[in-house]
Amino acid sequence: MKRNPKELEVTHRQVSRRALVVGGLQAAFVGALGMRMRYMQVDQADEFRLLAEENRINIRLIAPARGQLFDRNGKILGQNSPSYRIIIVREDAGDVEKVISDLSKLIYLDPEDLERARAEMRRAPAFLPITLADQVTWEEISKVAVNAPSLPGITPEVGLARHYPQKGDFAHVIGYVGPVSDYDLSQMEDPEPVLRIPRFQIGKVGLEAKREDLLRGRAGAKRVEVNAGGRVMRELSRREGDAGADLQLSVDGDLQRYVQARLEGESASAVVIDCDTGDLRAIVSAPSFDPNLFVRGISVADYKRLTDDPYRPLANKSVQGTYPPGSTFKMVTALAALEAGVVGPGDTSYCPGFHKVGNRRFHCWKRGGHGTVDLLLSLKRSCDVYYYDVAVKTGIDNISAMANKLGLGVKHDLPMSAVRSGLTPTQAWKERVHGEGWLVGDTANASIGQGFMLASPLQLAVMSARIATGRSVTPRLVKSIDGIEQPSGAGEPLDIDKRNLRYIRNAMYAVSNDRRGTAYGSRIIEDSYRMAGKTGTSQVRNITKAERAAGVIRNSDLPWERRDHALFVCYAPFDKPKYAVAVVVEHGGGGSKAAAPVARDVMLQALYNGNPPLEAYPSKDRERIKEQQERLDQLRNGIAPSDGSDRA
Amino acid sequence: MSYLEHNVKSTPTGLRKFLFMNWPLTLLLISVASVGFLMLYSVAGGSFTPWAEPQMKRFALGLAVMMIVAMVPIWFWRNMSVVAYLTSIALLFAVELVGTVGMGAQRWIDLGFMRLQPSELMKVTLVMLLAAYYDWLPAKRTSRPIWVILPVLLILFPTFMVLRQPDLGTAILLLAAGGAMMFFAGVHWAYFGAVIGAGVGLIFAVFNSRGTDWQLLKDYQYRRIDTFLDPSTDPLGAGYHITQSKIALGSGGWSGRGFMQGTQSRLNFLPEKHTDFIFTTLAEEFGFVGGFSLLALYTLIIIFCVVTALATRDRFSSLVTLGIAVNFFLFFAVNMSMVMGLAPVVGVPLPLVSYGGSAMLVLLAAFGLVQSAHIHRAR
Repeated sequence: MKRNPKELEVTHRQVSRRALVVGGLQAAFVGALGMRMRYMQVDQADEFRLLAEENRINIRLIAPARGQLFDRNGKILGQNSPSYRIIIVREDAGDVEKVISDLSKLIYLDPEDLERARAEMRRAPAFLPITLADQVTWEEISKVAVNAPSLPGITPEVGLARHYPQKGDFAHVIGYVGPVSDYDLSQMEDPEPVLRIPRFQIGKVGLEAKREDLLRGRAGAKRVEVNAGGRVMRELSRREGDAGADLQLSVDGDLQRYVQARLEGESASAVVIDCDTGDLRAIVSAPSFDPNLFVRGISVADYKRLTDDPYRPLANKSVQGTYPPGSTFKMVTALAALEAGVVGPGDTSYCPGFHKVGNRRFHCWKRGGHGTVDLLLSLKRSCDVYYYDVAVKTGIDNISAMANKLGLGVKHDLPMSAVRSGLTPTQAWKERVHGEGWLVGDTANASIGQGFMLASPLQLAVMSARIATGRSVTPRLVKSIDGIEQPSGAGEPLDIDKRNLRYIRNAMYAVSNDRRGTAYGSRIIEDSYRMAGKTGTSQVRNITKAERAAGVIRNSDLPWERRDHALFVCYAPFDKPKYAVAVVVEHGGGGSKAAAPVARDVMLQALYNGNPPLEAYPSKDRERIKEQQERLDQLRNGIAPSDGSDRA
Repeated sequence: MSYLEHNVKSTPTGLRKFLFMNWPLTLLLISVASVGFLMLYSVAGGSFTPWAEPQMKRFALGLAVMMIVAMVPIWFWRNMSVVAYLTSIALLFAVELVGTVGMGAQRWIDLGFMRLQPSELMKVTLVMLLAAYYDWLPAKRTSRPIWVILPVLLILFPTFMVLRQPDLGTAILLLAAGGAMMFFAGVHWAYFGAVIGAGVGLIFAVFNSRGTDWQLLKDYQYRRIDTFLDPSTDPLGAGYHITQSKIALGSGGWSGRGFMQGTQSRLNFLPEKHTDFIFTTLAEEFGFVGGFSLLALYTLIIIFCVVTALATRDRFSSLVTLGIAVNFFLFFAVNMSMVMGLAPVVGVPLPLVSYGGSAMLVLLAAFGLVQSAHIHRAR
């Protein structure tokens, strides 16, 4: 196939031409690629560098250490103690099921936890640690550590968990923490990112919840380099968080424990308040429960036991429980009458055992009546008729105003859950709430702390402190925050005539120290610590005419839940008040029998800062008190403080 | 035959042929491959395994193959081109059969020491066949319809076979390389105008067919086009590759983040970092300077090929050299466009740099043809 050279020359030129055209196109494309490269790598380099850094760097939060809680003497009430758990890293474990079965031969593994862990393993990347067992004991951790070589991928890990070493003693005051729930998050407007840390604990109830703002602290952060799979390659920088503030409570842990032990077996509450500062030295609700159960996540059985208990261990009776104050209210009625000027201290009423208000008979607790009574006698013997009489003259609004002045019917600002304000009725209140006019009979009922009148043990303690000092003593639970002393609750002098206060105090002194006083049996005989008090017995049932005619049924013959509440309020020393105490024993019967002895023991314990000498007690009580002290010492130092479980 | 018409007075014989090889081109190929070794060492986290070492062995083998091909006179290869083409077609059929029996799309045949992709081989043998065809065809018939349809069929047949695998990237490369061969050979401009017009029409058809019964492309191919057009629609799915690749490339800046310091590749944000996306690692670690240097090396290889093609008076030699140059160009141009976000992700490796055996081996054998044309040129 010969070709002539001319044709060859033509085709060669054509190929060259076409080659140059294609070459030109190629050059243009290479130029475009170069331009594009320059645009991305020079003009846009900063943006892409930023994106690369965003890819690579993750911010991880570091949970802050929660603030610790101390009592007034520095005893730890709430702390962050190491909590051990066992984790597995799938990619290090190899045969996961074999490792788990080996591990379960060493320690107990909860099947429920295991199921959850397996589900997590299916989702998470192989390098992420997954918790197999939580709240593991030190012993179990040691077992795992010793056998570590035969358990690939298994590591014991230590974290911080809230622990309440005083167990039940402070359960109602401090409350407890728990892991953040979805419900918690939904309740917050703009939840802090730290709350999303797995297993992060926040206050759920009580002080822990109310002062969450102080206790939580601020999260730290670390910058870590991660790869595309999310695995952390290294830590780049770290800023530790700020720990939460440490709170020191006004409560005296030893006294608190004593009171808790003293109320053992009752459904009761007691509050000890410092008259000088308003410090709550003890604020107890019995029975109690172990808050640590809740931190771990309480079992259904435990929870059911707490909620089914008729003594309601979960209720914080000291601030949440409101009771008709009964005769402990009589000081208020008397003060209101004196201040209103409707009676003087020497004016008398006649008590035939009942009083006619309108066309209704109001009975005195003493069937035969007290005869002629003045202020002192009426309080000392707790005559009801005297108060029916003066209250009607004084008017309910004056009485309620005096009650408010003394701290009843107002909500005290304490960082505890469910603090209730109780109730001091007025004419306007009844009109508003019940839509009925105020009856003079309502005044009679209110005058002896029955009817609509409701007060919490805390309020009764505040009332006693205010009567004792004449100042508006305000309760204080948090003594200092991070060492900074909080304002005292000493209060301003009350707008009450000092002479009138003195009449009341003298009458209260007579209650406890006069041979015929209702609380004479619970007196203190140490002269420098003489106590002034008032008993109260508040009915939880109506006494029918028929029953009254037949003779009122004795409390001991009634079922527990229909018995009267027993109350006692007091302060001591009489001449220089240091502490005021209020005790309420639910369905305890008479105040003088069920509440006053408790109050005296608590008062002496507070005054002596420990077990008082037996000489402070009347001689005939000493043998019994000695036994009681020994029993309570045992209980207090015993294996477990009251958690309400060992009651019959 | 046509070769003899040039009065070849002296062609080098025996070992003297080595001296007459296109050594600058050889050195360029070695330097590009060395860039590849360096990057494979880097993406493995500073290790010769698992990529750099096998790649070096294969490159050595490829160089040997290139030499052997270069020693054989170019006219022998011209005479072999029909056989080569038919062999490639047969291999494509074989792959098709094995693929249907096996697990869906199979593109390679296992030769034991390496996997051969017949479609890679096809790229070179198609160029050889078309060069031989136009060498044989009298110049004045070149643009006659009947003589145009024949090469078009020769191109379309393997293209459709590759498309059925399915391998859109290689199919487009075959089409483009074949078209370029016809263009070099002097087919009339009007044909190309018509084809380009039809191509635009076809693109419309492709887009309009989507979701209908006669849908022309696979769903995943449509998705690739979608994510190419707007990577942000699916940043964690299909768009992830493009997005991460652009981030890696851009973050390199002027001089790069330093050897083995590229966070995108070291932390596995880059997909396929040792194969199709290896250029981004280079651009991330050595920046614009590094990326542009590689581009310059590639361009120089093209220039040397074109010079070789223009220097020879033999039609087959120049056409085959130009065809191989175009193939090589399409390789790196498509790959770079892809990683820079200028083209959809079609799975074209970076020639001589990406990890992979058969592509490199075939490419070096093709450069053997270029060398052979250079050695056995008319003087």
